[in-house]
Amino acid sequence: MAAPVTAERPAARQLPGGHALRRIGKAIRSNRKATAGTVLLVLFTLISLFPGVIAHDDPVQDAYTPRLGFSTAHLLGTNSFGQDLWSQVVYGTRNVLEIAIVVGLLTTGIAVIIGVAAAYLGGVWDGVLSVFTDILLVIPLFPLLIVIAAYTNGANMFVLIAAITLTGWSYTARQLRSQALTLRSRDFLEAARVRGERRLYVILVEVIPTMTSLIVASFLTNALYAILFSSGLQFVGLGDPNTVSWGTTLYWAQNEAALQTGYPQWAIAPGLCIAAMGAAFALLNYAFDEIGNPALRPVRRPRRRRNA
Amino acid sequence: MPDPILEVENLSVDYLMDSGPVRAVDDVSFTLGGREFLAIVGESGCGKSTLLFAIAQLLAPPAEVAAGSVKFQGTNLVRLSDKDLSAVRWRDISVVMQSAMNALNPVKSIGAQFKDAMRAHGKYSGQEITDRSAEVLKMVGIDPVHLRSYPHQLSGGMRQRSMIAMAMLFTPDLIIMDEPTSALDVVAQRALMVQIKELQEQFGFAIIFVTHDMSLVSHFSDRLMVMYAGQTAEVGATRDIFDRPQHPYTKGLLEAFPSVRGPKTPLKGITGSPPDLAQLPPGCRFQPRCPVAFDECLTHQPELYPVNASLARCLRVRDRQADPDRMKDGVR
Amino acid sequence: MRYALRRLGFFILTLWAALTINFFLPRLMPGNPADAMVSKYRGNITPATLHQLEVLFGLNTQQNLFFQYLHYLGQVLTGNFGTSLEFYPRSVSSMIGGALWWTLGLVGITTIIAFLLGTGIGIVSAWRRGGTLDSIVPPVFVITSAIPYFWVGLMLVLIFSFAVHAFPSAGAYYTSTDSPGLNLTFIQDVINHAFLPALALTITTIGTWILTMRNTMITTLAEDYVRMARAKGLPGRRIMFDYAARNAILPNLTGFAMSLGFVLSGAILVEDVFNYPGVGQLLLTAVHSEDYPLMQALFLLITVAVLLAILAADIITALLDPRTRTAR
Repeated sequence: MAAPVTAERPAARQLPGGHALRRIGKAIRSNRKATAGTVLLVLFTLISLFPGVIAHDDPVQDAYTPRLGFSTAHLLGTNSFGQDLWSQVVYGTRNVLEIAIVVGLLTTGIAVIIGVAAAYLGGVWDGVLSVFTDILLVIPLFPLLIVIAAYTNGANMFVLIAAITLTGWSYTARQLRSQALTLRSRDFLEAARVRGERRLYVILVEVIPTMTSLIVASFLTNALYAILFSSGLQFVGLGDPNTVSWGTTLYWAQNEAALQTGYPQWAIAPGLCIAAMGAAFALLNYAFDEIGNPALRPVRRPRRRRNA
Repeated sequence: MPDPILEVENLSVDYLMDSGPVRAVDDVSFTLGGREFLAIVGESGCGKSTLLFAIAQLLAPPAEVAAGSVKFQGTNLVRLSDKDLSAVRWRDISVVMQSAMNALNPVKSIGAQFKDAMRAHGKYSGQEITDRSAEVLKMVGIDPVHLRSYPHQLSGGMRQRSMIAMAMLFTPDLIIMDEPTSALDVVAQRALMVQIKELQEQFGFAIIFVTHDMSLVSHFSDRLMVMYAGQTAEVGATRDIFDRPQHPYTKGLLEAFPSVRGPKTPLKGITGSPPDLAQLPPGCRFQPRCPVAFDECLTHQPELYPVNASLARCLRVRDRQADPDRMKDGVR
Repeated sequence: MRYALRRLGFFILTLWAALTINFFLPRLMPGNPADAMVSKYRGNITPATLHQLEVLFGLNTQQNLFFQYLHYLGQVLTGNFGTSLEFYPRSVSSMIGGALWWTLGLVGITTIIAFLLGTGIGIVSAWRRGGTLDSIVPPVFVITSAIPYFWVGLMLVLIFSFAVHAFPSAGAYYTSTDSPGLNLTFIQDVINHAFLPALALTITTIGTWILTMRNTMITTLAEDYVRMARAKGLPGRRIMFDYAARNAILPNLTGFAMSLGFVLSGAILVEDVFNYPGVGQLLLTAVHSEDYPLMQALFLLITVAVLLAILAADIITALLDPRTRTAR
């Protein structure tokens, strides 16, 4: 949950329109980080869609002997309630991925609207929207989420999604606004303006497609934060303790002193999964930085032909 | 000429791209005498800046010297170790860059940057450094009080002149200048050129001056090298090139600049644009834009052919030397 | 000067926003959380405290919203955050005061180490582009900054406390055996207990420092003045620090300060894992026991901390950059 890292995204590197998507596809295949991230994400998506394929037990059914170790029947053993841990972890994928994608999409949507609107409306509107964005940027989000979750006595899926979405758009909104501002003066937009196109047309048809790479990167950033924030809240007991999710599994593990009583896999497994999914989004995000800013790409050192 | 101080032989520079190496400077050779002023002109992207950085050993990845040598006072700089190269830098060869605002460290004062250069090349006392720094500033007409100033506090012209002053700290034998006047207005440009020429006459160093503006150097340079698409198109004494240009590209360049005196002639540009260095035409590189190209130009790459005291990379020049009176396609 | 005033104005605005959020949230939430809180504690508190709660949460009041708001602002801006409910009758301020030092220590040390080490690695990694360091740094630290804080904490506890009994797994010091004070055993014990939490926090936050610094360094290294420094034959280390790093770090300082919010969030989670008696743990205790006055005050405190950090970063940037120093 460290602060996001994104490079300066020079607008000059953006390509108009449909080219961008094709380029993105090609870039993903050639960049190792992007490939790794994509593979992980696809894996998680498959697992979340078809959990029953690899996990045979009902995750909430506490029908088994508690505190069993590894075995072929229970790949990760059972927890202190007699639930199969492997199922817990596998079925928990869906919850996390759902939050990541829904929040990612909604938040990015808000960020695009506010960021681009601020850049194009300019003047007072820009001032107001920017100050609003900056305030939300400065106010620490996780404590705010804690406060919100406190008042709702535990945040279920809906509250989690709503709260994170409504508070988390500021960072990417700022980036999108920056880029939209630099695009404002670009030649092809001038051409559109001279042709007499209306502002909304210009924004929707010319500007936003050019920002595709940044918008995708924003989605990845926001999805990553959704994962970290939501599992963080669940871990401290502010999620819905009855949902099957990695964060809540960790909460129960901590609550039931899994580490101290010799059942560390209860804590290791779900945490590892969060880390893996987070890493997938983070790797893809960083790969996008490199794609957008070629200066950051891995560099081959030239053959040094000097005498020592 | 007496022993040249710089001999560039068959220098080639490649940019290592993902899709393969792209040759930005192709087999360039020239020599430079002790007090000579050589101007290198060409369009953007012709490789002149890359050539300059290659000579000064300032290339950065993905660019690297692919072939050739740069012999300064007999030593090949390309093969020098970093340590030996550092000893040569600034003492014997210094550099003046295009935009002083970008070439000067914004968080250090001018004086501090002068001091860095001096400290890097010997043990000097604080007083010696201050004295010398003040001395070079006065040489270019800047009040030494500005040693305490930061780059953003000086005007554009002053910044550029302080860069020249810095280049003079050790009165090197060779000063390389990369479009030092491009960021200035016309009046300041002229003033700077005059200043540079005066300094050269006073201290006797050689100059390599890169620019896209031929007319600017016409009165100051001894020799002129025209570059096109990474190659030397024409090279010779400045006067010769202006009076009797041999290469069609040079002719095109000269015709694009109006002259103040002389009859009014309609301006002619050169149609088309420079080739993509990753996808060069099979024959002469200038052929797609050349008004006098013929069949062989499509297939045969011209060498540099001697004509009078110059060299020009054009098949017509080759043929003219062989048979001065023969016409081809109605053109000589 | 105008810039400074604008910034100050922004900080006041943000503070006001935080106060307003604090005011409106409990009133907007479904299920009236304030009522629940009051009924839980009603038997144990004095009427004066009850009145305070009413001001903070708008219970039993005939006043309209606007006057409630003014009343609330008045109370808070005079430094009166009320009495803690869970820790009755101690005041909120005194509860926070006790916990604040522990968190300051933890976060302070972590930030300093992460900053020094992080920017150092970032600088060197960018300087030696294409070298071994540079090829492992980005992927490794991109991943570490995506790992949840609490999991790193848990893993460290697992490895270093339970598997290998090297460090204690909870608390700030051994309450049973130590007497707090400036004696050596106490200090040693504190360091011992703080080691794992600080390590957890450092591991997850350092990635940001490294990667941001590396990115800015790479851009700066392409600048003409760096090439010029090479042309002058300056020694590599001087170019790296004096010419490149000094310029590269400037735009990052404010960003670093803003990331303090994330560091504090991480501290909350780490304190939870390690049972560390800082403000993070206090916040969670307040949340779980519906001690809303304490919770609100802590939220404000964290916001103010971030604002102060940004202010400090702004001042430092202005001092380090001669362009702002000498501008009219």
